Amino acid sequence: MNMIKSMSKTTKNNAITYAMVIIAFAVVQTMVMTGNITSLMNGLLVPLCTYVILAISLNLTVGILGELSLGHAGFMCVGAFSSSIFSQLTVDVITTGWMRFSLAIILGAIMAGLFGFLVGIPVLRLKGDYLAIVTLAFGEIVKNVINAIYVGIDEAGVHFSLQDVTSLGLSETGLVLIKGPRGITGTPKDSTFVIGVILIIITLIVILNLMNSRTGRAIMSIRDNRIAAESVGINITKYKLLAFAISAALAGVAGALYAHNLSTLTALPKNFGYNMSIMILVFVVLGGIGNIRGSIIAAVVLTLIPELLRSLNDYRMLMYAIVLIVTMICTWSPKIKELRERYSLQNWIQKKKHAKEVV
Amino acid sequence: MEFLSYLINGISLGSVFAIIALGYTMVYGIAKMLNFAHGDVIMVGSYVVFVSVNSMELPTVVSVLLSIVVCIVLGVVIEGIAYKPLRQAPKLAVLITAIGVSYFLQNVALLIFGADTKSFQSVVKADPITFAGGQVVVSVETIVTIAACIIIVLALSYFMKHSKMGRAMLAVSEDSGAAQLMGINVNRTITVTFAIGSGLAAIAGVLLCSAYPALTPYTGSMPGIKAFVAAVFGGIGSIPGALIGGILLGIIEIMGKAYISSQLADAIVFGVLIVVLIVKPTGLLGKQIQEKV
Amino acid sequence: MALLEINNLGISFGGLRAVDAFNLKIEKGQLYGLIGPNGAGKTTAFNLLTGVYKPSQGRVLLDGEDITGKSVIEINRTGVARTFQNIRLFHELPVLDNVKVGLHNQMEYSTLAGILRLPKYRKVEKEMNQKAMELLKVFDLDGDAETLAGNLPYGKQRKLEIARALATNPKLLLLDEPAAGMNPNETKELMDTIRFIRDEFDMTILLIEHDMKLVGGICEELTVLSFGQILAQGETSAVLKDPKVITAYLGE
Repeated sequence: MNMIKSMSKTTKNNAITYAMVIIAFAVVQTMVMTGNITSLMNGLLVPLCTYVILAISLNLTVGILGELSLGHAGFMCVGAFSSSIFSQLTVDVITTGWMRFSLAIILGAIMAGLFGFLVGIPVLRLKGDYLAIVTLAFGEIVKNVINAIYVGIDEAGVHFSLQDVTSLGLSETGLVLIKGPRGITGTPKDSTFVIGVILIIITLIVILNLMNSRTGRAIMSIRDNRIAAESVGINITKYKLLAFAISAALAGVAGALYAHNLSTLTALPKNFGYNMSIMILVFVVLGGIGNIRGSIIAAVVLTLIPELLRSLNDYRMLMYAIVLIVTMICTWSPKIKELRERYSLQNWIQKKKHAKEVV
Repeated sequence: MEFLSYLINGISLGSVFAIIALGYTMVYGIAKMLNFAHGDVIMVGSYVVFVSVNSMELPTVVSVLLSIVVCIVLGVVIEGIAYKPLRQAPKLAVLITAIGVSYFLQNVALLIFGADTKSFQSVVKADPITFAGGQVVVSVETIVTIAACIIIVLALSYFMKHSKMGRAMLAVSEDSGAAQLMGINVNRTITVTFAIGSGLAAIAGVLLCSAYPALTPYTGSMPGIKAFVAAVFGGIGSIPGALIGGILLGIIEIMGKAYISSQLADAIVFGVLIVVLIVKPTGLLGKQIQEKV
Repeated sequence: MALLEINNLGISFGGLRAVDAFNLKIEKGQLYGLIGPNGAGKTTAFNLLTGVYKPSQGRVLLDGEDITGKSVIEINRTGVARTFQNIRLFHELPVLDNVKVGLHNQMEYSTLAGILRLPKYRKVEKEMNQKAMELLKVFDLDGDAETLAGNLPYGKQRKLEIARALATNPKLLLLDEPAAGMNPNETKELMDTIRFIRDEFDMTILLIEHDMKLVGGICEELTVLSFGQILAQGETSAVLKDPKVITAYLGE
């Protein structure tokens, strides 16, 4: 009996999360169809989906595996550039838009997942803050390398250069893929809000189902107590790597979505750098570590707040900073905690109930 | 000969990293937190010097001292308002708060000074010195920076070993609970640590901007991260580690720029860090801690 | 053949012989006690048996199989499960899931099957839920299945740790101070539970304990460690009367 109850509890919780996404989608889609949406908001829809996927996937590393990652944008960057190159190369070959885009997304996920696996190897030897710094370093390396290299392709094969386009030495029919700091131009604009939402749902299915499987439990047991997990036969290495790679692969999906929404894709600090990684981490932390629904809400709200505050343009990032600090202090300061406990309604009711039970 | 001047430049840049890294490493060792706002204190210190030299026309020495005082006050205030309430909170909450403080400082600077680059006047006014018959030119900034770094490291090591507060710091970094039981005021120790770290950040800011005279609200961000990398590189929590890590990082960056690719310099720096951590997971001079079962 | 046979096991930490020339033989179904003053090397002996430390000398045979120097995971899979002196539960997971982590290696479906919720996943999960609930029932924890392990009262946490260890289907169960922090009533109840586990699961149990009442009450044989060396070994009543043992515990 209890078992059924406990199962239905998680299932119910997950159902609320799915329902929330679908309802939000329905509302926004209706607004789009009836033209009741500003062009600013309309342009924000795909990035919003990207951020939601990033936040959910980072929560797998931070909340479920319990390791701090400051390089999530790096994996996104890998997914964005690899999928974008794929689309450029195949735009004349695969003419069915959705099929090409699906393949591009899968490729982005695989490439990012592969990088996640590779970065994951040192991760196994490191703990806590050292891990954070390695992921941060990785993110910066990816951004930096993409900004520095020129890649082109012609019949002779792939050409690389660190100087400029001409030094690639391409033949006349050659195609320049990455133009250093000017990035990739001409990626087909395949991303739509609908696809974004579908990808969010797929991400949710992967993460939520994973959490309720033996793999997810193994990952969470490592988070809660590594030594105990090992003592009951959990292969720490395997599950850490797996969690890391899945998280990275999903960030790659987000990257593919992001890349196919832009005509020019550049690896600027603001979209793929450490600032972006931090922003995603902020979504996860403010949404509640390990709380998937919270990540979604935080990603949406915290992306919209600065946009809605555009009239206060100069002050919006400042307010964002203050919100971060105040939220953290209000959540964790012992003094404020005490105040909250004393005056919270829920506690008051519980205390009464408890008093009755004792009597 | 070219190599020699690159090497000297690398040591000079590394000295700045080392001074910043000292602040990181001390705060990490004692408060067990990554103070991501540390880099932005550098920026604040530089703006203070900029304003007091350019607008208030104060003498250089006074400006630098003023900058140190402002940064110390700022560091103590940040610690008191933002970090002190979070002593018992999970590490991640403290990290996010530090990120918040970092954004806060950047955006306040942005509001006051705008986003445009201010050209910083070097605090050292002297002609470069030439060696080896004009083949090696060393700016006075470089020499001052390296000298400042050496003096700071020596002074700090002496302070840690021989002063009461320094030993209290060592005790707190070893085991803050036990230190408290031994009658050490842990909160005050942490505050002093922040004060020292922030004062060093001010010095680093002045030296950095004297050598690379472009000042924006984001000036402190990248050197801050790199100094953190340097601290981890050398073994976080260790003063000699911060020195070695900082100098090596500076040399790697300048050499990477000169001989490999100026675009890839950052990637090289971070790549070396990853390699070091894979080989030595606690950094060059870090302590290995065995988890007890 | 004995279920557990330890020959001349030893380890040093920087010159200190933490455990030296440790010999032990436990028959199947036996309830065996390992006692000794603080710092005698009892937990170190457990860590050697479970692969946390690699012994610098000696051999460990479990049911005839050499497990010396194997990894923690391998040793667990061979059939040794343990609890910890300072309780180590998965605090943020429900009680039921704590046990299900113990069942991990008996659940045979892939990660992908879990993500796609294939029929195999549903079948295995259902079976394992039942198995876990049965185990919880033994420890009277079935009513707390949904509670987060970290929210359980202390006594129940100790029991849950034993349940989780049993879930891995061990041949040998190692209990590190199971009665630490318990009041006399709880200890008495725990003694009954330990006996019950032995009888019900036909389990071989090696336990470290300070509570002499518990040790004297349930252990058939004892080994006493002092400064890493075996001080006495044999039948419980005889060992507890041994003057050497009394001196080691009470001082001269």
